[in-house]
Amino acid sequence: MTTARADGVAGGKVRGSRGRVTTVLGRHPVGLILAAPYAVYLAVIFAYPFGFAVWMSFHDYFFAAPGAVVDTPFAGLDNYRAVVSDPAVRKSFWNILVFLVINVPLTTALALVLANALNRAVRARMFLRIAFYVPYVTASVAVVGVWMFLFNSGGLVNKVLGPLAPDPSWLVNETLAMPLIAIFVTWKQLGFFILLYLAALQNVPKELYEAASVDGASAWQRFWSVTVPAVRPATALVVILALITGGNLFTEPYLLTGGGGPNGASASPVLVMYQRGLQQGEPDFAAALGVLLVIGVLILSYLSRRFIERD
Amino acid sequence: MKRFLPALLLPLALAAGCDGQSGGGDASKANAATGEITVWLSNNQEELAWGKAMVDKWNSAHADQKITAQEIPAGKTSEEVIGAAITAGNAPCLIFNTAPAAVPGFQKQGGLVALDDFDGATKYITDRTGATATQYKSPDGKFYQLPWKSNPVMIFYNKDVFAKAGLDPEKPALSTYDEFLTAARKIKSSGAAPAAIYPAPSSEFFQSWFDFYPLFAAETDGKQLVQDGKAQFNSPEGQKVASFWKTLYDEGLAPKEQYTGDSFADQKAAMAIVGPWAISVYGSKVKWGAVPVPTSTGKPADQIKTFSDAKNVAMYSACKNRATAWEVMKFATSQEQDGELLSKTGQMPLRANLQTTYPDYFTKNPAYTQFAAQAARTVEVPNVPNSVAIWQTFRDAYTQSVIFGKQPVNDALSGAGSKVNQLAGGS
Repeated sequence: MTTARADGVAGGKVRGSRGRVTTVLGRHPVGLILAAPYAVYLAVIFAYPFGFAVWMSFHDYFFAAPGAVVDTPFAGLDNYRAVVSDPAVRKSFWNILVFLVINVPLTTALALVLANALNRAVRARMFLRIAFYVPYVTASVAVVGVWMFLFNSGGLVNKVLGPLAPDPSWLVNETLAMPLIAIFVTWKQLGFFILLYLAALQNVPKELYEAASVDGASAWQRFWSVTVPAVRPATALVVILALITGGNLFTEPYLLTGGGGPNGASASPVLVMYQRGLQQGEPDFAAALGVLLVIGVLILSYLSRRFIERD
Repeated sequence: MKRFLPALLLPLALAAGCDGQSGGGDASKANAATGEITVWLSNNQEELAWGKAMVDKWNSAHADQKITAQEIPAGKTSEEVIGAAITAGNAPCLIFNTAPAAVPGFQKQGGLVALDDFDGATKYITDRTGATATQYKSPDGKFYQLPWKSNPVMIFYNKDVFAKAGLDPEKPALSTYDEFLTAARKIKSSGAAPAAIYPAPSSEFFQSWFDFYPLFAAETDGKQLVQDGKAQFNSPEGQKVASFWKTLYDEGLAPKEQYTGDSFADQKAAMAIVGPWAISVYGSKVKWGAVPVPTSTGKPADQIKTFSDAKNVAMYSACKNRATAWEVMKFATSQEQDGELLSKTGQMPLRANLQTTYPDYFTKNPAYTQFAAQAARTVEVPNVPNSVAIWQTFRDAYTQSVIFGKQPVNDALSGAGSKVNQLAGGS
């Protein structure tokens, strides 16, 4: 009895301490070790800078040399007020809205249609897949150079269009500059999104198409009623990634339209962040702008996911 | 993990808040210290050749105070790389390519050493550069940069294109705005070149140094963009210069579209605004001539001022052996080394009496003589707080009104003037 009680107490202690370990480290502590490198990477590369940016956005802050005695007083919402009241920032958000309205639907629709076609294509399938993927893996700077030659006033596109060429030309036309960038990014990113859809299409059961055919569905009806709903999770991912790409837009307005030109018509929030934060030494302003941009992209991503994934 | 991440983030965010804002180096100890130093040089081939030779010569005589030289690391601009190096605390002792427009920002960062702290430094700088040195003083009255070399900009023109357009290729009439516009119209209408002149129409803050600013300096007899804390461009002279450029853009004599190469070297433009560095670059590619920038009334050439396009030497606060760094600064800007720089790069040392100091060079290289004369009449960017923000504000107003005609020039300059006044006041 005594022994049994003693064992019971000892076993309870063991179970108790194990329980606490399990509570803290989970049932498989080795999992934490395996996940740790990525968690550390995430913390150092993403979480720390983001936390720092949030902190900066609430302070009067600038980058100083180590050891320099610099005052960084709490600024409350001053930086956010400055961002919201800045006409260049407001214009950049409008520009990015124009970009997203063109780029996201175009990317999603083209990627899905082309992936569907590629999924069925028998001849030259590999060639076509690579052809669509090449722009994605080519350096933006190089591709931008090609587009500059194509779309400048004496470029190939205007030569083909002849009298129909826009005046002012594409890259210096305030109405056309941002749509052109949206089309450029769509073309450049398309290969990646096609791959996402191709992967999703592999998982659509063939029986669904057979059943639809038996029911007399046309090719369009099979696409609309079987393919589109079946790849809905992939569509949500494509839309969110396209939104994030749009939110991060920098290289194209920086290079293709010469620093957000013409006259700021293609300036993006990230370009303004770069100008204000790095060139003009106002990282606090840039951080506040960055935080607002992150919030904006998160809201849009959440809404699009809710909208696309609803039954 | 849900509990783990916030717990990890909080100390990180707090640590971020406390990052690098305390402490203070022993400046006087560093100022007296000697030893090895690192310097950064421009990646321009000619300048690099001069820099390496200078370093070799120093190192051969100072085994205990060796210089390690390297090119400024690649980046979007040198100024961004230097700004990042200051923040990281790994800037070199000296950078032989410090842009005067960036100095107020670097100074605010605590990244520069006041040269006045070294014995005889102020005298050395003013003796070497003369009255022009005053333009490089910071608002606190100290020198955070040693005026090194300038590239006074002038109008380069293509003699062949001018001849093709029926203009005098040897003595072209380009001294007034009217003469310049007449020549530009002839070039365009004759088809001699697609553009009369092709300054970059893009929005980068520094682009105004190569269109508006040289003509503004000439028109105002040497006013800076900002003086005594007030914007100077919203004035009758500023409006004249802006209207002149607007005419060039409105009539298609200057394109509004970015050109990816060198429009002058590629013969896409008949004229360009550049400094003497371009002589060796254009070489035999273009048969060129150079004249001073135009003024509304056609001022005599020997009275015309222009933008200096100077680059200076600055000492950075991360430097541990500052006594050596100061000696290297003096060595690299000595009469002998300035002569080497002139002969290797064609750039003008910011030295008083340049032509009389190096008479042999200018006799052998007459093409450079007019740039040497012009070097004595240069205007620098203003050394004021928020310097880059001021230039960006001006550039935005300029592109909006002058290049793209979306706003009347006077309204744009007036609006930018008010903003610049606030920025120059430090707000």
